[in-house]
Amino acid sequence: MDKLDVVIATDCGSTTTKAILIERQGDVYRQTFRGEAPTTVEAPFEDVTRGVLNAIQEVEELSGRQILDGETIITPAEGDRGVDIYISTSSAGGGLQMMVAGVIQSMTAESAQRCALGAGAIVMDVLASNDGRLPHQKIERIRHLRPDMVLLSGGTDGGTVSHVVEMAEFVSAADPRPRFGAGFELPVIFAGNQDARPEVERVLGEKTALHLSENIRPVLERENLGPARHVIHDLFLEHVMAQAPGYRKLMSWTGAPIMPTPAAVGQIMQTIARQQDINVLGVDIGGATTDVFSVFNVIADDGSASEPVFNRTVSANLGMSYSISNVLAEATMDNVVRWIPFEIDEADLRDRIKNKMIRPTTIPHMLEELQIEHGVAREALRLALVQHKDLAVGLKGVQTERTLSDVFDQSATGESLIDMMRLDLLVGSGGVLSHAPARVQAAAMMVDAFQPEGVTQLAVDSIFMMPHLGVLSAVDERAATDVFERDCIIYLGTCVAPVGKGKPGEVCATWELSGGDAAQSGDIRVGVLEQVALEEGYEGQVAVHPAKGWDAGGGPGQEVQRPVRGGVAGLLLDGRGRPLEMSSDAGERRTQLTQWNQALGLYGSGSGEEA
Amino acid sequence: MAHAYTPGLRVTRHTTLQRDRRLPMKGKVLVAQGDTVRRDQVVARTELPGNVTTVNIVNRLGITAEELPSFMLVGEGDQVTKGQPIAETRPFIKWFKSTVEADIDGTVESISPVTGQVMLREAPLPVEVPAYVDGSVVDVIEDEGVVVETNGAFVQGIFGVGGESWGPLHMISDGPGQALDPAQLDDTCAGRIVVATGLVSHAAIEKARQVGAVGVIGGGIRDSDLRQLLGYDLGVAITGTEDIGLTVIVTEGFGEISMAGRTFDILKDCHGLEASVSGATQIRAGVQRPEIIVPVPEGQPIPEDEVAGSQGEGMQEGDALRVIRAPYFGHIGKVASLTADLQAVESGARVRVLEVEFEDGQKAIVPRANVELIEE
Repeated sequence: MDKLDVVIATDCGSTTTKAILIERQGDVYRQTFRGEAPTTVEAPFEDVTRGVLNAIQEVEELSGRQILDGETIITPAEGDRGVDIYISTSSAGGGLQMMVAGVIQSMTAESAQRCALGAGAIVMDVLASNDGRLPHQKIERIRHLRPDMVLLSGGTDGGTVSHVVEMAEFVSAADPRPRFGAGFELPVIFAGNQDARPEVERVLGEKTALHLSENIRPVLERENLGPARHVIHDLFLEHVMAQAPGYRKLMSWTGAPIMPTPAAVGQIMQTIARQQDINVLGVDIGGATTDVFSVFNVIADDGSASEPVFNRTVSANLGMSYSISNVLAEATMDNVVRWIPFEIDEADLRDRIKNKMIRPTTIPHMLEELQIEHGVAREALRLALVQHKDLAVGLKGVQTERTLSDVFDQSATGESLIDMMRLDLLVGSGGVLSHAPARVQAAAMMVDAFQPEGVTQLAVDSIFMMPHLGVLSAVDERAATDVFERDCIIYLGTCVAPVGKGKPGEVCATWELSGGDAAQSGDIRVGVLEQVALEEGYEGQVAVHPAKGWDAGGGPGQEVQRPVRGGVAGLLLDGRGRPLEMSSDAGERRTQLTQWNQALGLYGSGSGEEA
Repeated sequence: MAHAYTPGLRVTRHTTLQRDRRLPMKGKVLVAQGDTVRRDQVVARTELPGNVTTVNIVNRLGITAEELPSFMLVGEGDQVTKGQPIAETRPFIKWFKSTVEADIDGTVESISPVTGQVMLREAPLPVEVPAYVDGSVVDVIEDEGVVVETNGAFVQGIFGVGGESWGPLHMISDGPGQALDPAQLDDTCAGRIVVATGLVSHAAIEKARQVGAVGVIGGGIRDSDLRQLLGYDLGVAITGTEDIGLTVIVTEGFGEISMAGRTFDILKDCHGLEASVSGATQIRAGVQRPEIIVPVPEGQPIPEDEVAGSQGEGMQEGDALRVIRAPYFGHIGKVASLTADLQAVESGARVRVLEVEFEDGQKAIVPRANVELIEE
């Protein structure tokens, strides 16, 4: 492309299509206007481009720039007319839904799961030879799911073929049908033992649209997810997108391939982590699902850091409206109630949560209702992180290699890559975080749910712009990172949380701020949460000196120096320990919560019971 | 967006409705366009491929997978009956012969010389789709199903469980807000859909099931009762396939909450008439709410459709509404005034609001997102 001055980008979500305009202003790119409109994939419109045009029209009205000529996007830009490129992501129509299968549950099946999730899919089920289900149960399950595609893996190259062929036979016997297009064959990607290819072709070649890819686990100690992910993306465009109403037209408009929304979010997070050389954890909590993304360096035995490893998980039934009731079911009543700073009848709480489920668009009118929702959100986030940690384990991308002996040294699924002590930036997005009445509430929810350790910067994606920037980064990385830093991310502050054990009130660390105009210092006390105001835009350094036995990232008792950013939450000094300790006595716990809430000014003066 | 999203449930004395009646896969349509159909009449039929069972013959005969074909007594596609030998060894001494028998009636789906697995498929399972409502076939979707059109009263509930059923409506309450008392239910409710205007408890639903009622309709249900009814905690609102022996629909929500007066009036007037009900609820994309359809009885004149109020034009002053969130949850009123500006509510959120005038004349400010129009 010759020039890139004006970009229009859309994200076609399941309910809303969001358009943003990005323009070059001098030397930097900025996001300037945005518009949104209901997504029109379903009846009565059944054409995704209607919603796209409506959203772009709103941008036209606000910006004064003519972008559309009838139903054509004007390219390239000339003066205040047209854009240089149109790009889009999509999760409409339920996104990309996949079923994956492998031979050993904790090995090839798990690799297949990571492969599909990283490609932006929702994994409907994971089948494995040793998953405990009887053959007919597996066949029954495959038949009842109607995935967009199946990823079949299993076996290392040159290993036995019979188990993976058996899985192929189960798929064949189930004769599964794709979700879209009654007359089409289901796309199946085979990315297992290369020696099994002829047999797999014999079993599945006629019944399915079979695609062969490189083995995702060519040898036991190496994963190779890239090639199969590319095949998934290609098939997503060819089969899934092309079947969805209006997408053929939309695909002809875009200047770069349409990406599944979560894949685009992963793309921008990887770009940021690489450019800034930091470990990043991102969460997007929606009404139905919660996605967690992470980019972490892997530390080798010699202390050197490898290329960052990207992982994504989607917790399909953890969300704040459609799935809110499931959060209660999975988290249990006690875990939800522990975040509520006032007494509440459990039966009443159950009914309130169910009423939110059946009327998902309602919003908390009363402060109590807001506090209940924020309590549920903490649990949804906590559970989503637990699921992410379980899947984001050793043996990740192509570059990660370990010796066979290492594999046997560790538990069957390896150690989690998510080390909260090494986390540099925690980014939240999704309604309950991005639209919290006070942004400091978002910071508190993230800290309570994720319990970052050491020194961690906190931020929210204000209008969920990361998908747009992900696909933009594939076209122009600098434009994407400019907008990410300047318009997408709102820094909330920095959390300092030493890890260790001590008596309430004891000093567990001291701290000193340097940089900017501020030069301050103080203590962090066990069991106490405090806030030091640091205005938005502040950038400096904090030195943390943990007490004996306490760790702030440098090891027990060792001083650390870390960059700090300001924001509405300022410097959060969290002496509550990890895991965060709460009193088992309901009354004392409510008093604790009220103190913490008041320390951050979360819910005004009337928050919770009187301490 | 031009209008606040204001979800509304339809509650109308008379409308024309169409219902798609489709098979889960291609099959045969049994009626033609223009045919009059009854609710229990099968309109389309197909056969689902039977269940598959696997037989590990290699292990049972102590042979290798490659040897399998030479030990088989049947081939792919052959019919087998339960107990029929399908593979056997041929030793010199007959006594040592091992035989594997089919454990089902069906056909041989596949014989794999790679895995040693033999798959048998049971006979196909018939699937039938009933008309569900009394009406006429207005469209035939080739090989898939039909569209049935009917005229009558139509009430959407907010939440339901259980699938489709039909029977005469049986109004038990004589005014709004009356919980369903198990003592009110006896054998006369058999085959009927009982309606109460307040809370439906687990005890009442259980009694309804015992006396043979096919459906229970009420204003609200407690989550704890729902949990008892289903035997598990419902996590996501996708319902309609629960095997609970009857259909349960609530019109307002969870908790002790009264059915809206207008809903009560319509259902009371339909007392004794044949109704078709479905508990299927799906809140995500493609919202589906439970429904009560009471077709105009045969031979009676079909009245004009009631005109929808301001439906589709957004919310207007004077529109009837229901508040759907605390602190006024379940209260019925009308729009007193609309303001465009964002306003802070107690939770601290700055949102679009409206002023509502309740039935007792009291007024209050509530977020627009927390009301739903009562659509006619």
